[in-house]
Amino acid sequence: MYNFDVEMPTSIADAVKALGREEAQPMSGGQTLIPTLKARLAAPSVLVSLHSIPEMKGVCKNDAGDICIGGATTHATVAAEAVDYPALASLAARIGDPAVRNRGTIGGSVANNDPSACYPAGVLGSGATIVTNNREIAADDYFLGMFETALEEGEIVTEVKFPIPEVAHYEKHLQPASRFPLVAVFVAKFADGVRVAITGASENGVFRWTEAENALSGNFSASALDGLSLSGDKMISDLHGSGKYRAHLCGVMAKRAVAAAS
Amino acid sequence: MTQLKMTVNGKAASGEVEGRTLLVQFLRENLGMTGTHVGCDTSQCGACVVHVNGEAVKSCTMLAVEANGAEVATIEGQAAPDGTLNTIQQAFQDHHGLQCGFCTPGMVMSAAALLKDNPKPTVDDVRHYLDGNICRCTGYHNIVKAIMAASGQDVSAIAAE
Ligand SMILES: Cc1cc2nc3c(=O)[nH]c(=O)nc-3n(C[C@H](O)[C@H](O)[C@H](O)COP(=O)(O)OP(=O)(O)OC[C@H]3O[C@@H](n4cnc5c(N)ncnc54)[C@H](O)[C@@H]3O)c2cc1C
Ligand code: FES
Ligand code: FES
Repeated sequence: MYNFDVEMPTSIADAVKALGREEAQPMSGGQTLIPTLKARLAAPSVLVSLHSIPEMKGVCKNDAGDICIGGATTHATVAAEAVDYPALASLAARIGDPAVRNRGTIGGSVANNDPSACYPAGVLGSGATIVTNNREIAADDYFLGMFETALEEGEIVTEVKFPIPEVAHYEKHLQPASRFPLVAVFVAKFADGVRVAITGASENGVFRWTEAENALSGNFSASALDGLSLSGDKMISDLHGSGKYRAHLCGVMAKRAVAAAS
Repeated sequence: MTQLKMTVNGKAASGEVEGRTLLVQFLRENLGMTGTHVGCDTSQCGACVVHVNGEAVKSCTMLAVEANGAEVATIEGQAAPDGTLNTIQQAFQDHHGLQCGFCTPGMVMSAAALLKDNPKPTVDDVRHYLDGNICRCTGYHNIVKAIMAASGQDVSAIAAE
């Protein structure tokens, strides 16, 4: 790991200012970034820790009834405190292992947009809103591809706002060595329709399976997905599973998610 | 260089570190406390688990400066000052919960964190909680048994396999 300065601002305004320094990079839990730095895949000269910013931590409800989670809130806190959105709390409770959940944050996870990460599925599947230091971005406009998001240089995720669905479920097929999903599906049923988001499968990162959404919006049962399938062509293929296998898993996990939610 | 101050196992500790210094390096190299092990250095194995402000963390995946001012607990603080093992350590010894012992500091610190939140876990609870602790000697069965025994539960029905 190359050396760097560390700044520990205590407000969003100070963090944004610190990120104005040359080659500065934010760090929340460091559970992805520290291994990346060790591998010398990133070499910032300044690391701006977001861990000491009280206004970026915690779970609360706003007037619209949305659950609002501060960008620097750990997975462990979401698991314990997002009681009004059990499917989301359960997603957070299954990320990695206890020590990872005590450090890793929702802001770091959605900023990183790993193609196999859990939160992107929960955020896109809920139609959540990503709040940054200068704007609000709908989930549909935020995830742009593998490790790519709509965030600009120096922009930080300060909060994520989730509307609460009638029912929802996150079905994760574990890749036991990494503890990330091999494929996972988040299904959420709202009064005006169903959203289905899939992680771990596509070479373009998290995506919505609109065909399944349409079928489920008319008939919210696992059998509504009979006969639907995804192509393995643009799916991740690696030693853990071929694209075709992942495409098949998408259908199986989606059915299980619907069965568990309904 | 940054001057750090923290409490380690109830005692004041301080030292100078670089930005990139990991908490585990600070413990092992600055303080000479080599009980906390580095198995993988890639956040996978849990040999480096310590408690920071009461929470289990992988000390190979946290910067030392982030622990400035914190209360840190390591394996060295688990036994009594006269060397008497604590309940978890004694249970590991009684139930053969260690072979080479490399993973043991992390196992004991993870077990302590589990039993603090969940004093009477089930076998499944223990296995799930240890998701991030890898034993290369693969002695999981007796590790789980030791933790069940440390929680005061009857382990006579848990056979050693
Ligand atoms: C053993 C292990 C198992 C894991 N298992 C899973 C799993 O099952 N599912 C899963 O989803 N993840 C898993 N993870 C990843 C973990 O959830 C990470 O914590 C998470 O992906 C990144 O969050 P972080 O807060 O640690 O981010 P960091 O590592 O601090 O940062 C990640 C990236 O995001 C940027 N960043 C951080 N915070 C912000 C912010 N607020 N605004 C803008 N940019 C920001 C950083 O600059 C960096 O590029 C695992 C990690 C480990 C080590
Ligand atoms: S040394 Fe920290 S997790 Fe392996
Ligand atoms: S006892 Fe040898 S690694 Fe666990």
